[in-house]
Amino acid sequence: MSTLTLSDIGHAFLGRTVLDQVTLDIGDGELVALVGPSGCGKSTLLHIAAGLVEPRHGRINRTYGRHAVVFQEPRLLPWATARKNIGMALPEKLSVRDRHDHIFAAAAAAALEDEDLDKYPVQLSGGMKQRTAIARALASEADFLFFDEPFTALDPALRRHMQDIVIRHVGSGKRGGLFITHDMAEAVRIAHRVVVLDRRGNGISGERYISLMPGERDERMIFETVQHFMKEDPLFRHVEDLDERRAG
Amino acid sequence: MPSLAGRISRTAQFLWSGWSGLAGLSVFAALWQVAHEAYGNFILPSPLETLAAATALLGEASSWQLLLTTSSRALSGFALAGAIGTMAGCLAGFHPALLRLVQPQITLMLGVPPIAWIVLLMIWFGTGSATVTTTAAIACLPIVFLGAAEGIANRDRLLDDMALSLGMGRVRRFVRITVPQMLNRLFSILIMALGTAFKAAVMAELLANAGGIGEALAVSRSNLDVANALAWILLSVSALLAVEYGLIQPTRSELEVWRHAARPWGVKR
Repeated sequence: MSTLTLSDIGHAFLGRTVLDQVTLDIGDGELVALVGPSGCGKSTLLHIAAGLVEPRHGRINRTYGRHAVVFQEPRLLPWATARKNIGMALPEKLSVRDRHDHIFAAAAAAALEDEDLDKYPVQLSGGMKQRTAIARALASEADFLFFDEPFTALDPALRRHMQDIVIRHVGSGKRGGLFITHDMAEAVRIAHRVVVLDRRGNGISGERYISLMPGERDERMIFETVQHFMKEDPLFRHVEDLDERRAG
Repeated sequence: MPSLAGRISRTAQFLWSGWSGLAGLSVFAALWQVAHEAYGNFILPSPLETLAAATALLGEASSWQLLLTTSSRALSGFALAGAIGTMAGCLAGFHPALLRLVQPQITLMLGVPPIAWIVLLMIWFGTGSATVTTTAAIACLPIVFLGAAEGIANRDRLLDDMALSLGMGRVRRFVRITVPQMLNRLFSILIMALGTAFKAAVMAELLANAGGIGEALAVSRSNLDVANALAWILLSVSALLAVEYGLIQPTRSELEVWRHAARPWGVKR
């Protein structure tokens, strides 16, 4: 059963078409990685799917209850502590006790320590900030999560740690998700399915299912899959092309 | 939530920073003393003499009445400009077209000399509190308006998107995301506006003969009593400082604990 369906999405900025006839279907509890060369419209598609941008044409059908977005930047409120930043995702009507429990659970899920919760964003490192952003998304009790290249600015070890958090809490039947990345290893590591967006935004070029479940794959298998995709699979030929038509 | 210990430590730090303020004032007093010794008692009485004159003034109930009159006029002008300026600024900040239309009028308002306003207001309202309060309000309205408008117009739109993606409604986004960002900018402007309101009020009082510190100054001038004039200046500055450090700065530090956390140690204390 699908939880998010994008049909025939098209969008244009100032008359220039950036997305055309994109159709994508994401199943219940499925995590889909969307890859494509820089500037092909991945982020725009995500913003449209998350309701932040109104598409020129096409239809979006959502059957999940709530969604949340983890952006490329942490986007934390600088005047609020990590605790309050996470808490802002919660419904207003929760009691103080429930609120505390929810924040605590979300922070624990994102491997944030209790003492960090009383710090302001300026006092947190880059990884901590992004973890707070993930905790905020998890606290919102969203049943669908969008990720817009969230770990690009992090170093490889930290990135792997964050990917594990995503694998643990998204997909595997709990929540569905759409994850944008330009890192093929990341895509292969966390997703059930990798979808390639056409380099000019003209629809989806194709998709590949990855064997095994995310979390069960070992580094060797991930490495070999990525090598196979990049060297032998024509679908991925343009993924690493550089075409900075526009930012985002 | 800020803990009690954190609050006490912040209050202590605030009080402690009074020492550096005192040190700065002492430097000023030293320069004053030098000038006094160079030009003599008639042109510039010494700081101690001025202080004595000010203390003598404070001994009289009528001086307190004058101080209170001027302060309340300046503060009501400031409050009026703060309320109107902030609301209008918010509107203009959200609508760039409106801001573009209003901008020339702000330039116009800033360009008209305050003295011209006082003349007009004296004709309209006579020589009473209304003239003084309105002069103070008009003097600080443009800067408050621009501060609020820029605070809104330069808000971080990425945070808006973030709040939208969490399903926050329009009102909640405004209150929780936009207003804190605006206040951030507005506060330093408000401090400036408060000073402007006091200055404008004293000037309007002097010119309109409307009582308060301004009129006391006018009396000192006609008596060529420099010590008394300086004492009144000292008192009006003290009134301003009392409002700023008793009201505005505590509110600001309450709202901007996060900013304090971001400061390097040497700047903090």
